[in-house]
Amino acid sequence: MIDLGSQRLKGRVALVSGGLRGIGLACVERFLAEGAEVVLTDLEAPDTDHAAATLARLGQAASYVQANVAQEDDWAKVLSAVTERHGKLHILVNNAGIDLTGPVAETSLEGWRRIMSINVDGVFLGVRTFVPLMAASGADFRGGASIVNVSSIMGLVGMSEVSGYNASKGAVRLFTKSIALEFAEKKMPIRANSLHPGFVMTPLLQEGFQRWVDKGVAGKAQDLVDLMSSKTPIGRLADPSELASAVFFLASSDSSYMTGSELVVDGGWTAQ
Amino acid sequence: MGHVQRHSHWEIAVKRLEGKVALVTGGTSGIGAGTVERLCAEGARVIFTGSNQAAADAVCAATGALFIRHDVTDVSAWDGLMARILEEYGRLDIAFANAGTENGDGSIESIGIEGWNTIIGVNLTGVMLTVQHAMRAMARNPEGPVGSIIVNSSMNAHRAMGNFVAYSVSKTAVLALVKSSAVHSGNRKYKIRVNAVLPGVVETAMIANLIEKSGDPAATRAAYEGLSPMGRMASVDEVAGLVAWLASDETRFCSGSEFTMDGASTAGMNGV
Repeated sequence: MIDLGSQRLKGRVALVSGGLRGIGLACVERFLAEGAEVVLTDLEAPDTDHAAATLARLGQAASYVQANVAQEDDWAKVLSAVTERHGKLHILVNNAGIDLTGPVAETSLEGWRRIMSINVDGVFLGVRTFVPLMAASGADFRGGASIVNVSSIMGLVGMSEVSGYNASKGAVRLFTKSIALEFAEKKMPIRANSLHPGFVMTPLLQEGFQRWVDKGVAGKAQDLVDLMSSKTPIGRLADPSELASAVFFLASSDSSYMTGSELVVDGGWTAQ
Repeated sequence: MGHVQRHSHWEIAVKRLEGKVALVTGGTSGIGAGTVERLCAEGARVIFTGSNQAAADAVCAATGALFIRHDVTDVSAWDGLMARILEEYGRLDIAFANAGTENGDGSIESIGIEGWNTIIGVNLTGVMLTVQHAMRAMARNPEGPVGSIIVNSSMNAHRAMGNFVAYSVSKTAVLALVKSSAVHSGNRKYKIRVNAVLPGVVETAMIANLIEKSGDPAATRAAYEGLSPMGRMASVDEVAGLVAWLASDETRFCSGSEFTMDGASTAGMNGV
């Protein structure tokens, strides 16, 4: 772990979707360590064992709203919660996402629409919901408010039997560039950038690997971890905290001139 | 040139680079000088190179960094430079290949072979020599091959300028150098990362001078500022913040990547 203890986000309010697990949870933890107040959303009811234990550990500076990013009504609920508790928003991390694998000829329209509704609609709705509040909050800090949309290296390069996920993450990449241009041209104090993780040890990845094992592609999930590690120049998968450190950079004033950019954190995967 | 501004708004509460030794080429002015200052502020011990002694003295006085007169294109002087760094500091953790020129550039029709060779010599061969010698030195670090190498490319790597053919070519070429070097490092199981930064127009003393000496300073300034949809140039410290982040352990999983910081200049199709 990086030695934290600095408070470089003190006074800022952050919202993270999909904040109970994986990269989202790592972002929440990092923001809290940097002195921010954080609202996180996820699908789980707050009184499940996992959610309750996680929220208790995160402490008073964090608060939780149960919400599905694909539901417009749920975003209205999130906006009310953020507005009532904080009255401002400086950092929005649209992180919630799901995967979808399989041959394109066997992909159901239902499955296709589900991944698009979460990975693409969810990002659009998050941005649309919070642009006015972020525009009003952006002048508080150098570099303004910051939106980080979590895409993937699968938003940059294709992979066989990942067509739905590829399409959804590619959409996030260009959606982000368009809103970055819009905010810049209108002199709105909001920056927008996309994050492109490579293979990260998250629950989503581990569940995906398990599905490959169930299909008989590999003997056990660890074999797939080893295979992906061997194909990554850095020789291992990422820890979620290593993505959170990139999101932290994008959230901080150090990235004040960065908007419309794509941050690739992939251990060299797409360089080769 | 050589004037180093103090930036009290840097949000540095933790010295991320304590104990690290850094080399910055072309460190006497502009982005180089700003980066020397930022790396020192984060706790690194910094050696910088260049040719302007008076400018170097000012940087040394402001930062406590060590200046060594050295020309990146002087092949025979590299071994001596690295020997001196390793002798005095015992290690190398960070190298910022920053020295660059556009002196003698022109369009494909007008450029002379002398201008072409100068620019390719500094911006491409000089960067190759920097990365080569930095990686060799980092490979011999006491605890094993570890370090971070950062190459200063430009947004012009992806948006060529008609009247700066050699500069545009050199800035694209170094991206392949970065990726090849990153993949090589992975092949050797090194923990040496190699990444590129691609700044937009940065308001350096050199640019300020160009504006002042143009026939119409107001129009020239507006033209530079208009290259970004944000309507302004980057400041030196904004690029230095990106370099410092890449130099730190925050980016242990980043290698072979391009980090664009250009105020959305290349996010759209405005052209530069």
